[in-house]
Amino acid sequence: MLLQQLINGLTLGAVYTLIALSFSLVMGILGVLNLAIAELFMLGGYCGLTLIIMGHSVWLAVPAAMAVSGVLAVVVERVAYRPLRDAPMIMPLLSTLAFSIIFQNVAVNVWGSDPLQLPDALADARLSLGTASIGIMQLAVIVVTVLLVVALGVIVQSTKLGRGLRAVAENREVARILGAPASRLTTAAFALSGSLAGAAGVLIGFHYAAITPYVGVDTGLKAIAVMVVGGSTRIWGVLIAGPLIGVAEVLSVVYGGSAIRDMVVYGLMILVLLLRPQGVLGGSSMPEGERV
Amino acid sequence: MSTYAAGLSADIGIALLGGLSVYVILATGQLSLGNAAFMAVGAYLASALTVYAGLPLTAALMLAGLASGFLGVLVGFPALRLRGIYLAMATLGFGEMTRSFFLDFAPAGGAGGFRGMGPVSTAYIWAWSASLLVGVVLLERSRLWLEFRAVNDDERAADLIGLNTTAIKVGAFGLGAAIAGVAGGLFAYHQLYIEPGMFGFDRSIEMVLYVVLGGSTVAVGPLLGATLLVLLPEFLRFLADWRLAAFGALLILVLLFRRQGIIDRGMFRGLSRRKWATP
Repeated sequence: MLLQQLINGLTLGAVYTLIALSFSLVMGILGVLNLAIAELFMLGGYCGLTLIIMGHSVWLAVPAAMAVSGVLAVVVERVAYRPLRDAPMIMPLLSTLAFSIIFQNVAVNVWGSDPLQLPDALADARLSLGTASIGIMQLAVIVVTVLLVVALGVIVQSTKLGRGLRAVAENREVARILGAPASRLTTAAFALSGSLAGAAGVLIGFHYAAITPYVGVDTGLKAIAVMVVGGSTRIWGVLIAGPLIGVAEVLSVVYGGSAIRDMVVYGLMILVLLLRPQGVLGGSSMPEGERV
Repeated sequence: MSTYAAGLSADIGIALLGGLSVYVILATGQLSLGNAAFMAVGAYLASALTVYAGLPLTAALMLAGLASGFLGVLVGFPALRLRGIYLAMATLGFGEMTRSFFLDFAPAGGAGGFRGMGPVSTAYIWAWSASLLVGVVLLERSRLWLEFRAVNDDERAADLIGLNTTAIKVGAFGLGAAIAGVAGGLFAYHQLYIEPGMFGFDRSIEMVLYVVLGGSTVAVGPLLGATLLVLLPEFLRFLADWRLAAFGALLILVLLFRRQGIIDRGMFRGLSRRKWATP
């Protein structure tokens, strides 16, 4: 029973991890909270689930969702972020929010407000693991998450793109002077972040065996909490915070009444902001943050 | 006035108070994305005081404002440690915590909500909204407001010239929260029914939008913003299902082409005898 809950918690945590990484890429590199991510995630989920229902495999659905959300993220960057880069941080916050309003409206009009269900045959297929069992879809969530995290790790740590991103994160102006194409890298950060959100959307569809146009707000806000707990300026703390919060959430539903779970998650987020703003893994300095 | 127009006008009055609550806090350079929480506290408290304890509404609203204001001060102290987007995220977390608190709080009806409030007139709502607006406009003409703005423009310099920046920032939080508390109480009486879902992230964002769209440097900005945003859905009715998308697009356009909001302080410079320092 406990093992079963741990598995459920891990798959939910895997999805949180991906969305938090998506927030964290833009936040850590550009210092901007891209609120459109919540709905890029939802739209990715719809694209992926639509393909699965049409009979395509996970290996087509996830990349397709990533492509759609990645491209839309670039649109968000061009229209809502780039012209407001030097404005107070409240402006990109609200302009990306405006995009999320548009995306949600589009999803409601295209797919309707009823949940889009995963076919029962897929949702119910399970692999037995002794005392516990894992759904095929849950297994897919974990495998895809691991693959994506490894891929992101390789990109950020050992490619030219990754070095550029880290340089811009360190100091945009200095990076530009040293020849990093800062604005192209900004677009790349949004694209990477968007495609991670798109993949996470397909995976949340697997986790709940359904997706609704409203999944973005709730899960997105919680992913912001995961990002903060993991450390908003460093990317890797999220790998611990995501599964931790996923498992904590599932266990609190089973043992502690589901209503306290949000209090726990956001309480933890506020505590981390106040006590260790650099996240549980630490980091060198407290980010000053811009003035409003 | 038809019932329909009266309903919209009451919505504007309540939205104005929501906008003012963000406006006062933002004047000291602090962005709160959790003001719906203060509204929730005011709404539940004013409702409970009148429905359970039989207090007159005006007294209940005053108490609700005071209690929310006190909560605002409590939130304001830890907020001192945070700036910019980090403060925004912390207040967002506070808002979500408060919402889930009420979701779980059985005496207030939990997810089922709370009812029993009687209807109030639009005139009563506007009596509150107009007095608080006048109050904020008067505050803007005071020395205290100059201190608010000094903290906003450069906190370190304000500290160095001997302003008590802690009291100013915490006080602004308390004042904003008190206004939001009154707004919540009026909202509860206008809606006749409240449930935690009404005080989520969307509501907090709406309150910020009134200020940013209307203008965040003068108190009439939130008035214009609240009026426009309450009426806009009515104007966009012909778009039917695509109303929200059109709203999102308009929002982006305003942010791109008029980022200081529709009204700014400069427009008033010619009208006022007082000379403002150029920002």
